[in-house]
Amino acid sequence: MRYLPLSDENRRDMLAAIGVGSVDELFADIPAAAKAKANFSLPNTQSEIEVERILSAMAAKNLNAASAPSFLGAGNYRHHTPASLDYIIQRGEFLTAYTPYQPEIAQGTLQAIYEFQTQVALITGMEVANASMYDGATACAEAAAMACRVTKRAKVLISGGVHPHYRDVTATAMRFLDMQAECLAPDPMAVEDLIGRIGPDLACVIVQTPGFFGHLQDFSALAAACHTAGALLVVCVTEPVSLGLLKSPGDMGADIVVGEGQSIATPTSFGGPGVGLFATREKFIRQMPGRLAGETTDEDGRRGWVLTLSTREQHIRREKATSNICTNSGLIALAFSVHMTLLGEAGFRRLAELNHVHAVLLADRLEQVKGVKILPAAFFNEFAVQLPIPAAGVVEALAKRGILGGVPASRFYPTYPELANTLLLAATEMNSAADIDALGAALQEVLS
Amino acid sequence: MSTTTTTSGHRGLQIEQALIFELDTPGSTAVDLPAAPKVRTRLGSLRSDKSIGLPGLSEPEVVRHYTRLSQKNYSIDTGFYPLGSCTMKHNPRLNEKMARLPGFADIHPFQPVSTAQGAFELIDTLAHWLKTLTGMPAVAMSPAAGAHGELCGLMCIRAAHEANGQGARKIVLVPESAHGTNPATAALCGYQVESIPASALGHVDLSVLKARLGADIAAVMITNPNTCGLFETECIEIAEAVHVAGAYFYMDGANFNALVGRVRIADLGVDAMHINLHKTFSTPHGGGGPGAGPTVLSAALAAFAPVPFVVKAGENYAVAEHAGHGAAQKAFGRMKGFQGQFGVFVRALSYILAMGVDGLKQASGDAVINANYLRAKLAAELTPAFEGRSMHEVVFDDRFLKNTGVSTLDIAKALIDEGFHPMTMYFPLVVHGALLMEPTETESKATLDQFIASVLALARRAKQGDQAEWFRAAPRLAPRRRLDETKAARKPVLRWRKADTTAEVAKQAAE
Amino acid sequence: MSQLRFTKDHEWIRIEGTTATVGITAYAQGQLGDIVFVEVPAQGKQLTAGGDAAVVESVKAASEVYAPASGVVTEGNAALPDAPETVNKDPQGAGWFFKMTLANPAELDGLMDQAAYDKYVTELGG
Repeated sequence: MRYLPLSDENRRDMLAAIGVGSVDELFADIPAAAKAKANFSLPNTQSEIEVERILSAMAAKNLNAASAPSFLGAGNYRHHTPASLDYIIQRGEFLTAYTPYQPEIAQGTLQAIYEFQTQVALITGMEVANASMYDGATACAEAAAMACRVTKRAKVLISGGVHPHYRDVTATAMRFLDMQAECLAPDPMAVEDLIGRIGPDLACVIVQTPGFFGHLQDFSALAAACHTAGALLVVCVTEPVSLGLLKSPGDMGADIVVGEGQSIATPTSFGGPGVGLFATREKFIRQMPGRLAGETTDEDGRRGWVLTLSTREQHIRREKATSNICTNSGLIALAFSVHMTLLGEAGFRRLAELNHVHAVLLADRLEQVKGVKILPAAFFNEFAVQLPIPAAGVVEALAKRGILGGVPASRFYPTYPELANTLLLAATEMNSAADIDALGAALQEVLS
Repeated sequence: MSTTTTTSGHRGLQIEQALIFELDTPGSTAVDLPAAPKVRTRLGSLRSDKSIGLPGLSEPEVVRHYTRLSQKNYSIDTGFYPLGSCTMKHNPRLNEKMARLPGFADIHPFQPVSTAQGAFELIDTLAHWLKTLTGMPAVAMSPAAGAHGELCGLMCIRAAHEANGQGARKIVLVPESAHGTNPATAALCGYQVESIPASALGHVDLSVLKARLGADIAAVMITNPNTCGLFETECIEIAEAVHVAGAYFYMDGANFNALVGRVRIADLGVDAMHINLHKTFSTPHGGGGPGAGPTVLSAALAAFAPVPFVVKAGENYAVAEHAGHGAAQKAFGRMKGFQGQFGVFVRALSYILAMGVDGLKQASGDAVINANYLRAKLAAELTPAFEGRSMHEVVFDDRFLKNTGVSTLDIAKALIDEGFHPMTMYFPLVVHGALLMEPTETESKATLDQFIASVLALARRAKQGDQAEWFRAAPRLAPRRRLDETKAARKPVLRWRKADTTAEVAKQAAE
Repeated sequence: MSQLRFTKDHEWIRIEGTTATVGITAYAQGQLGDIVFVEVPAQGKQLTAGGDAAVVESVKAASEVYAPASGVVTEGNAALPDAPETVNKDPQGAGWFFKMTLANPAELDGLMDQAAYDKYVTELGG
């Protein structure tokens, strides 16, 4: 087998050095009766050509966005990947490195994390950010738990404009703890009253910008109301490209900002792996989950970086840790950081601008289709529309025409009949004018 | 500094590299985008034109920046990584190539299920391998990493207890040698943690465990092979005792690399076990993730698995995405957005298909040979913490350093100068000054022999006496010497700030 | 006239009438190594003998400081959070953690005096 360097001769020599006659003797501690059952009806080793053939056949069964115009979003976005980004993250020294526990020989990863932490803090408008979480949804759950630790309260309120997966993951994380997550009904018109629900027992309110249904809202007044009541405001961002154009959550008064970095970091990849962004205020750093890189000096006084404040983490605090997270999303965080560095401030703004412009072009085109109503008055690169017929069937019909035409809200909310006709549509820099026109025409056809 | 100083600060191929923020050319970018057509924007009042503070660099500057950073890293591509309990094995590039097929990379988690049948087939195929290799009837694919998989298993256990009227069970027993994620995970599931001591032989003490089992115990979490690199020989008796007491048996699968193809964990009486795809099945560690932690489940727990999961209906695949509905009636909830760590699944299946079941069995055999070879050779100078055979990793204690003034940490740092990544240190906690080494099946005999020569030479040097100073100064040849972790923790500097630089310059000018 | 007593968890308590000052011992700071973080209790916090009172951390270890006796915190050492290294430099002086009233001075009878503590530490260090 090509991945295994030992030859039969090596094995014989090594077993002799160990002092056993066969490899089976090394497994003598495993009960024989259990070992006897280890017979598998599975294929044996295969060549690279054969593996490629099998997996390529599976891949070919999927309709991919390289061959079909795609307007899918709902927390997972298709953006352009600069060629140098993929080259950098495939460098073995990044790809095949372990967590940087030995800082003297991991300065590359550590400096990159430090730069990542700074970039995330800057775009979210916060003071500090960590080295990453698994994804946006789990970061949201961690934020809720952190808000409970900071406020010593146990109730969190989740807006109906928050991504349903973020809501579900947060509610699940709290299920067996002495905490309660109150999830408000989906709010496609952004009319819910959050301020009126803030009570003295509330640890935090969780909202999203841009909202799940596309709305742009300023949460400054909500932040003030939270703070008056001794609660925190947690803001989720599922499309961080929006931060190139919009008021940052930090400027609205957020205490914790969590997000999904996938849109900037990595292809859609069926939704994973992504990278959870987690930023907060400096005064809360000891309550933060996850790893942190910090600046220091070496024995010669040269600047360097280490993982720091580790006493919050599971390997030291064990059952009292702020989280159980260990492996996070290091390489995707690197990809996020590399893309942000390639873009720079000017490129980031231009990318955001282009996304919004394409979404406006899409909205303009869809408004010409009879029976289609765009729900949010203000949006970034995604918005919900109301159709005259159920969205799930429309999406299937569009797929048959070779267009990935949005995500029906019913995919998330099957038990809300009032959302059956609601469709989420996103446009990014990847959607050409021809794509937009094709969708408009196809939708017209499907609806008539 | 003993080495030659240079004007640039560079030293040959060791290049100093500033932060991106210090390389800023305002307005510069490495990404040219098409011009945006003029439209009437619909941003409402939320548009902001405030400066964000991101630096601008050109493409060559960015490529050079990260290439230089990469060269300050140790990696499995460049050298031997004997990190115990981390399973640093070769990451085949075929995995990367497969994950980048447009039919995998360029598909969306919410595209119509009918247009993503190949993706669900891939998840189902990987699930089939994991279930077959472990003999378990079900697997929850969505956990994002090992600790997340542990939480998945414990949540299934808690949901099952509650469904069976056993909700009063609130205690999880964890051996004191356990990885920190075990107790941290139990706490996140609302359980209290009690630790059970190890016997002098490094195993779970069955009689102590049995004495503690009772109606208040929800589960026992045991790593097997354990963190001392030993197989828990009484595993089946432990499982029986746990089940008799009405509790569940969680096995931490971090060390599954020692068992693949050799024994099915179902035959050891396990109820739940996570599998680190980024350890056992070769997906890259990426400097700290992403990983994936699919969790295999016994029949007693299967119904409580979280969404999403793939359901095969005739020739077609469907996906259960809503807890409390349809096939997911009893699911305890959702742990992760979207469809799990799909890109990691592609890589793991690519590896598994390449290895085949015969290759996987050979790999666990070679991993165990390599560990025992290290043990046999290093025992010439080092002190193995436990008698008997090791599995895929071997732990030494620091008795061999007694009265030398040299610590485990010093040996590790000196190994850096020898060109090796250090072993895991001071873990497991039950071994004094532990040096835990896991060579994996990836390493050739020649690499091991070179490593052995280095470790033995360092041990002999330490034993000469009067070498504490020499060791304390290691590493000397790495991009950095020992870093001041105390300073980093006392006054944390967790991000770059423009003001800091200005203040620093002003301070230096004043001095 | 003050009395000094020690716990098995390496806290010291200096008693003056019905009030007392609490810190960690020289041995404890030596075991922890460079201390990087200290959290002291707020004035008014109710303490139970043996319960959590403060937190002390080095780079690689986090440890609770337990209340040697029951009572109420009258003052936390406000200088420590910004200068945790004081605990290393002067553990039984400027590095004190908090002052408290004593609800039940009889609880102190179970603690060690200097001689007993020195012996205890010698045995640990063996």
